[in-house]
Amino acid sequence: MTLYFLDFVLFAIGIYALVAKRHIVKKILGVAIMEYSVNLFLILIGFKKAGVAPILTKDMDLVTFIKTAVDPLPQALVLTSIVIGLGTLALMVSIAIRLYERYGTFDMHEINRLRG
Amino acid sequence: METIIILHIILVFMIIGSLITVEIRNMLSAVISVGAVGFALSLAFLFLDAPDIAITQVIVEILSLVILIRATIKVDNVAIEKREHILSDRTALIFVGMILVFAWFAFQSLPTFGEPSMRVSQYYLMNGLREVGATNFVTSVILDYRAYDTLGEAMVLFTSISGAFVILRRWKKEQDKDFLRIDREH
Repeated sequence: MTLYFLDFVLFAIGIYALVAKRHIVKKILGVAIMEYSVNLFLILIGFKKAGVAPILTKDMDLVTFIKTAVDPLPQALVLTSIVIGLGTLALMVSIAIRLYERYGTFDMHEINRLRG
Repeated sequence: METIIILHIILVFMIIGSLITVEIRNMLSAVISVGAVGFALSLAFLFLDAPDIAITQVIVEILSLVILIRATIKVDNVAIEKREHILSDRTALIFVGMILVFAWFAFQSLPTFGEPSMRVSQYYLMNGLREVGATNFVTSVILDYRAYDTLGEAMVLFTSISGAFVILRRWKKEQDKDFLRIDREH
């Protein structure tokens, strides 16, 4: 239970960076931290005490493997989510670079003031 | 039991690293410390019996560090000096605290840590070897049972990368302008 809570504290730090900071790159880092926390949360839910990784080896029979293996489904979905996170990060960073070229600053309020 | 203590230590390290990321003035240091958080996350995956994800996380973390450093290294990485109005910082803190309190109540309804409810995964574990033939069950879920999900992932990745290329492409007019500026400077 405390592990879940610590993980959610990480999520809250990401939300704080996204909402309260003015620097665009800091907002992007906040999104990245939130993504870490969500991935870790899904893996924490699928964890089994004294479990083994969901890979069948030769010296293990199927019955004990089914009883002890951790949940493979969240692991497969998180694998997808990590790679998608890289794509969205690249998109966000390219938008930030374009904004900097156009306005000469990373400050969100300054960009809002200069627009139009 | 030891695993859980190690996981607590790693999570506290990640929280400290992300606090440094949020509050430090120099942007390059912020990017480096978010990289530290990502590598600690990979270590946590390794302790949670998820080796595939740990490897992927390391690779993705290196790539995203390269991208983020590209965003910060060429520009002035001076922090923005002017403070936000003090009220808005505090309002954000209050709302984040409220989210934490409600989350604490929501955690009571989750399955206890270490005893997952494996209703769907039980089927995969029992029949995966016979139906797919892969000994790595994560691979059998990705590439056989939920292959459409992986197809969608490839599509999202392609879309976002091509979007980044379109945004970063230099248009012809801008190039002409750049040449003009260089001519004027010389």
